[in-house]
Amino acid sequence: MKTLGGILVQKGPFEEIVIGNTAIVRAMIEGGVKVVTSYPGSPTPEIAEAINSIPKEVRPFYFEFSVNEKVALEVAFGAALNGNTSCVFFKSVGMNVVADSFVQLSMMRIPGGMIIVVGDDPGANSSQNEQDNRHYMRMSYTPVFEPCNAQEIYDMFLEALRISRTFESAIVIRLTTHTAHFKQKVRFGEYIPNSTSMSIFDPKKRGPYIPLGEAVFMMKRRALENLQKYSEISENHVKLIAKGNQRGIITAGLPFATILDVLGERVDYVDILKLGMIHPLPRKAVVQFLKSHKEVKIVEELDDFLEEKIKAIAYDEGLETKIIGKLSIDEWIGEYLPDKVEEVLFDTWPDLVEKPEVPKMSIKTVKRVPQLCPGCGHRAAFYVISKVLSERDISVADIGCHTLGYLPPYEVGQVLLCMGHSNGTASGLSLFNSERKVIALIGDSTFFHAGLPGIINAVYNDHKYVLIVMENYTTAMTGHQDHAGSKIKIKSVLEAFGIKNIYEVDTYNYERFEQVLREAIAAQGFSVIIARHPCMLKFTRERRVKGFAKVRQVRVTEKCNLAMSCISIFGCPSFQRIEGNRVLVQKELCIGDGSCLAVCPKGALAYEEGDQR
Amino acid sequence: MKSFNIFLIGVGGQGIGLLSEVIARAIDYSGQRVIGVDTHGLAQRGGTVSSHIKIGEADSPLIKKHDADLILALERQEAARAIANYAKVGCMVVYYNTSWQPLDVRLGRDREITEDDLEIARSLGVRIFKVRESLEDVRMQNIVLLKTVDENRLIPGVKTENYILAMKDLMNESVFEKNRTVFLNR
Repeated sequence: MKTLGGILVQKGPFEEIVIGNTAIVRAMIEGGVKVVTSYPGSPTPEIAEAINSIPKEVRPFYFEFSVNEKVALEVAFGAALNGNTSCVFFKSVGMNVVADSFVQLSMMRIPGGMIIVVGDDPGANSSQNEQDNRHYMRMSYTPVFEPCNAQEIYDMFLEALRISRTFESAIVIRLTTHTAHFKQKVRFGEYIPNSTSMSIFDPKKRGPYIPLGEAVFMMKRRALENLQKYSEISENHVKLIAKGNQRGIITAGLPFATILDVLGERVDYVDILKLGMIHPLPRKAVVQFLKSHKEVKIVEELDDFLEEKIKAIAYDEGLETKIIGKLSIDEWIGEYLPDKVEEVLFDTWPDLVEKPEVPKMSIKTVKRVPQLCPGCGHRAAFYVISKVLSERDISVADIGCHTLGYLPPYEVGQVLLCMGHSNGTASGLSLFNSERKVIALIGDSTFFHAGLPGIINAVYNDHKYVLIVMENYTTAMTGHQDHAGSKIKIKSVLEAFGIKNIYEVDTYNYERFEQVLREAIAAQGFSVIIARHPCMLKFTRERRVKGFAKVRQVRVTEKCNLAMSCISIFGCPSFQRIEGNRVLVQKELCIGDGSCLAVCPKGALAYEEGDQR
Repeated sequence: MKSFNIFLIGVGGQGIGLLSEVIARAIDYSGQRVIGVDTHGLAQRGGTVSSHIKIGEADSPLIKKHDADLILALERQEAARAIANYAKVGCMVVYYNTSWQPLDVRLGRDREITEDDLEIARSLGVRIFKVRESLEDVRMQNIVLLKTVDENRLIPGVKTENYILAMKDLMNESVFEKNRTVFLNR
């Protein structure tokens, strides 16, 4: 067996089939990165998986999951201030969390060099929006590389490192979901171990580092002067496909590759300028491309970031090239998958793209929505919460696996903004509201990530609602990363805030959960229930590794009267409906947790006989 | 530019990731150029997972609608979804005949996809291979699917030993032995 860790620390050079996220880790190793930080979030968690596949004793850098993205960025910043090259990576919406510190970075001299990897998510594959983080880069005067495949991710990371060290400034690599996961054979270079570390922080020599008063303007000037120099570097990272056509496309990232595939042989009828750095723009290359074409279409996912700037350049230069930006709202929404790119090109130049003939595959399909796993402790919690809350009551969701409670059959969690919003939002909902009960939910990792200020605020300002902390002892949604809760007990944190009504319950214990929930609601103040059950997906995986292939499963006995509570109220995916509206346990799914046994009013659910659990 | 496009689909937890990795590496061992991408969103939590693989000259791993030459589905509902969206005329479909019912089916709001529903696709010019084996460990369903792919030489240029080498790269010894036994049991 080839182990990922073994592959990543070999001396090289070598070639290997990897995804973009893995290629980044090899680039960190070859590039001499010393400190790496992150908070887990798709599409970047495989970077951490690759790092963790390298045994600590041979891993050439320090790695931590920080408590949130902002702290992760600050740890990376601090390390690089001291001369130790750093990298921080996080998902799209993590950018909002880091923003307060991030926007300061371009004003600082960071001698170690610092790379920020952000995984944007066009198509909202695993996020609550599809925000275009390129805007943050313009606002903060930060240069950005946008690779289009795994090889480019590796190459651009190393290039960004060189620039970052030269300019003593932070550089961003912007991935999108499907470049992060782009799988191909990547050519890697040599790894020369270098164990030097530094402590060269020196505000007198490299400062100022306190942006107050006059210093702010001096520091801002430095950022803007750097930006002009980056613009020159940007010129070196364009790829031009020119065959003397009157039509041209300016694009970047994965859409470039997709355009090539969609056009096929018709690529000969249009020229393409592919940008490697999307901020600042390579002004000369853009002007030259505009000048040599009659019509230029900007093909970019999400917002009109490139379009605005390119149009401004054309205006400045007095160019008459027809620049075609986004033609409809549709061009702002969703990932630029091949069919979307084809549509965008067709709407621009109908003669360039053959209108695709769609074969009629008229075959029945059934929609599938995500669901909580078999045995999930959150399901047990939702089973109780939905029983206790009435139709008019209000439940506030937060980010995590438990967000899925909003779906039928539970419909618990009715509004969602972002990580940690639930306490603030619930507080507001509880104002001028004596009739409807308000419940807020939060996961354990999120509790530490961004939940604390809202909770402290509820205590300080006497808000009246019930907070349910859904503790499953892991950051489950993103692949079971550890979090602060393994060292710091949630209950002791809440006690330290002076919260009086704190209840603890295992969510499988329905009777007690129902009792404490009713009690907490009746208490009329701010109460917290810590509703615990370990993540059962993690548990079953670990059990399999230990060699438990077969477990005693649940069966439906003859007592079943087809009330369907196990499906319509409890909703474990193991219960399936078969012919004649009978219920069957799908053996491939049941993990034998038994959380369902008590939910059948007829007591028709029982363990299989024979096997011992 | 012409590539051979393979679209894999299943439900989170069925082992699409490993199957896709084995296939990509097997293609590489056969000496052909390969690119791919997994799409998984909220996959682990009972959602649809898919993976795209292209052999030959291609720049983006993402397959256009109705441009798959081969569909591998680990579940019946998902096989239907893949055919409806990705099958081209002449496409080959291998599906594992099991059902992980989506919520609407379990709630009685919709009907489960049957084998007959999939048979209809034959009349649309799709070749269908239905697979099911009695297995001690359901996690080897992906390898049963792979066996059918190999037996019928559904991926051009890839030989049995290429698959075996790929499996060996990705599995520890005991897991590899179990999977190889299932794979070669013909």
